[in-house]
Amino acid sequence: MLDRFVSLAVVGSGGAGVVTTGNLLLDAAARVGWYAYMTRSAGPQIRGGEAASMIRLGSAPVDAHDDHYDLLVAADWESAGRFAAELPMGAGSIVLGDPRAGEQPPFLVDSPAHMLDLPMKALADEIPGGRANMVALGAIAKLIGLPDEPLLAAIRHAIGSKGEAAVEASFASLRAGRSAAPDLPDFPCLEPRPAAPGMRWNISGNEATGLGALRGGVRFVAAYPITPATEVLEWMAHGLPRVGGALVQAEDELASINQIIGASYGGVPSLTATSGPGLALMTESLGLAVAAEVPVVVVNVMRGGPSTGIPTKSEQADLNIACYGLHGDAPHLVLAPHSVADCLMTTQWAVHLAESLQTAAIVLTDQATGQARAVIERPAELAFIGQRVVPESVAGYERYALTANGVSPMAFPGTAGGEYTADGLEHSTTGTPSSQAADHQAQLDKRLRKIAGHNYGEHWAEIDGDADPDMVVLTWGSCTGPCREAMARLRAQGRRVRLVAPRLIAPALPGPMGDAIAGARRLLVVEQSHGAQYLRYLRAHYDLPGEVRSLHQPGPLPVRPGAIVERIIDWS
Amino acid sequence: MELMQTTRGLAPKDYKSDTKPVWCPGCGHFSVLAAITKALAELSLPREKVAVVSGIGCSSRIPAYTSVYGFHGVHGRALPTATGLKLARPDMTVLVTGGDGDGFSIGGNHFMHACRRNADMTYIVMDNQVYGMTKGQASPTTDAEWDGSKLTPDGPCIEPFPPLKIALAAGANFIARGSSSDPNDLARLIVEGVRHPGFSVIQVLSPCVTFRPEQKEWKKKVRTACVDYTDDPARAARRLVTDDGFNFGKVLFKGTRPAFVPECSDVPCAIPELESGFAV
Ligand SMILES: Cc1ncc(C[n+]2csc(CCOP(=O)(O)OP(=O)(O)O)c2C)c(N)n1
Ligand code: SF4
Ligand SMILES: [Mg+2]
Repeated sequence: MLDRFVSLAVVGSGGAGVVTTGNLLLDAAARVGWYAYMTRSAGPQIRGGEAASMIRLGSAPVDAHDDHYDLLVAADWESAGRFAAELPMGAGSIVLGDPRAGEQPPFLVDSPAHMLDLPMKALADEIPGGRANMVALGAIAKLIGLPDEPLLAAIRHAIGSKGEAAVEASFASLRAGRSAAPDLPDFPCLEPRPAAPGMRWNISGNEATGLGALRGGVRFVAAYPITPATEVLEWMAHGLPRVGGALVQAEDELASINQIIGASYGGVPSLTATSGPGLALMTESLGLAVAAEVPVVVVNVMRGGPSTGIPTKSEQADLNIACYGLHGDAPHLVLAPHSVADCLMTTQWAVHLAESLQTAAIVLTDQATGQARAVIERPAELAFIGQRVVPESVAGYERYALTANGVSPMAFPGTAGGEYTADGLEHSTTGTPSSQAADHQAQLDKRLRKIAGHNYGEHWAEIDGDADPDMVVLTWGSCTGPCREAMARLRAQGRRVRLVAPRLIAPALPGPMGDAIAGARRLLVVEQSHGAQYLRYLRAHYDLPGEVRSLHQPGPLPVRPGAIVERIIDWS
Repeated sequence: MELMQTTRGLAPKDYKSDTKPVWCPGCGHFSVLAAITKALAELSLPREKVAVVSGIGCSSRIPAYTSVYGFHGVHGRALPTATGLKLARPDMTVLVTGGDGDGFSIGGNHFMHACRRNADMTYIVMDNQVYGMTKGQASPTTDAEWDGSKLTPDGPCIEPFPPLKIALAAGANFIARGSSSDPNDLARLIVEGVRHPGFSVIQVLSPCVTFRPEQKEWKKKVRTACVDYTDDPARAARRLVTDDGFNFGKVLFKGTRPAFVPECSDVPCAIPELESGFAV
């Protein structure tokens, strides 16, 4: 059976229940065995402003939006208008709007979409306790082929605690919406394929990041809130104490990074999460973690920058600061998950690597992944658990001993005979401060050696597609989903294409990357940054074969698969 | 007062490392190092159970001069580093050492919040009213008129920061002032600070003989405070209002707040239990 997908968006003002509608759809979709990917967009208001839930459902895993939405349900037109640029509509698209909502916005009237009426408010008014968003949900369910049963279960799960009357009112609204929905036999609908219970997870990228950290062994977190990273911290505030760890709210990011350095020096794997402005504050101390060889993981959920930028929307423009933001020669790790599900694996791997290599790891996710919610396959158990090398014997112990692989056994406070002073001042092998050229050279060499010489195995990148490609698409992070989809479309047209999306950005791995892109006649670099930061990074570290082009655009609009396909087809 | 040899037989010198201090001859920080090692001996603490954490400055060099676990971090961030260590490893005895610049200027925000948070550690600030390490600029505790720095030739022209008043207002649980001119007495204060639960602040008058040579006269100006400690913040505040900065040797304030300990489950669950929340 061919995989099928449907894309829809729900918009409304604050209180219209747009987010609830999206969450219920995801829950119900999971119950019938579908996959889903949902991003949210909100206006600048702190609370109660207009909101949009953009959802793509599929019979196969989804980690990107389509080029346009098949269906837009608007509780009111003014809210819809605010998201005009984020809601591309295609020739077969349907817009369902409330006839009471007034004048339709030009971006929809001028689009090729069909505008149809759905009297959401009027229908809800006829039902005691009725809700317009539930009416909308009923209509959506009919169009996309979602049966009642999973929806009813999702509603009961979400609002059961509000009492039977509330549940019944929602059910009634749902049914009213289903009966009032237009008959559209050509609308792309899916078929239920129930999976075994527990085989689908409904998880956000930020939650997956938190879980990956716990699985990797993180047991101390210091937190300073910042959009769009806060949910990582909030989820850990709930999860960490339950597995015997602790989360502390710090007074600022200078404190949070140094708290985790202190905790990790104490032997406890530690992490913090932040976004651009916070990462900027942390860079001095990240250098300390590198120099003193104290493992830490900093998750940076990117948002529009520079400065306060666009806090609620996504961009991939912190690549430069993550790779180059530290003063001195400070080799460290930069990793990037490429989907909601991958946040789990990549964060867990980052903890494992930071602990094994005793260094700082920055995990770059972004708003479009972190705050996205997805229905995914239950993730596999991974064997990555943070493990530090500790001294076998303390006789003649030297904390910064020059070992072959550059990793020196680390004595935890409490180990008798292992006492040493961790130092951000350059030091000799014992940790004693030293400004001698030979000590500096030796310690710089060792800190580079342990990172550059490590065998990162096959997890360093997702590589997908033809073995003998004409064209290689090189991307990273949240652009991977759209690229993967573009590749599939191109392959269906008979083109030989390959996708290379490194999970490990730094250190650069010339060997594996060389193999991955070898022989490409054309190479397209896809990223969401105004300054083409990724292209520049690649050029600095790799020999790129063939003709190289760049598809780079700033946030907040996602790079859509169609734009990638177009760029490749139009290549001449 | 003479301090006892410890039951475990560790003498103060056993808490000193072989590393030779970089300090100028006569610097007050030597006595503070001596007082710390005396205090550790008096407390009979096994070396491996103690960590000394610092930022950057002449005073912040102390960790490497001890034989316990040490952490010499970045300028101004000693308190958060120490906080992380203490909260993750409550079994360790944590001392924080540093200067007036490190603690009250670049690290001023952390100072307030460490007082508030009240984690169980002892902060020893060597106050020489100058940035010694960067060769003699005004610090937050420098007098408004001090014109000895090329950076502020007319003096800093702003009133000094009152560390103990701030500590009291922000909630520190133990507040005392010592002087490098009396290391035995300082050692006693450190012992008391370590034993008192919560965050203990000990300001130590520790002359910078190189950039503030006039501070050599401090040993004539300091006097042992005439009243013993109070547990009443209002009384402590009144005493600080009339304090000229040279009363030392007695604890000013001992609070009764319990030390901060983060929430953590006594019976940890397995991670799959948390994961069940995601399964549909
Ligand atoms: C981020 C940063 N800014 C500035 C400095 C330079 N610096 C080093 S020590 C110091 C002041 C130290 O003064 P204090 O803490 O009073 O210690 P003292 O040397 O007087 O004992 C400064 C400004 C630095 N190391 N790091
Ligand atoms: S400069 Fe001042 S504080 Fe620094 S070592 Fe010399 S005397 Fe001490
Ligand atoms: Mg000073």
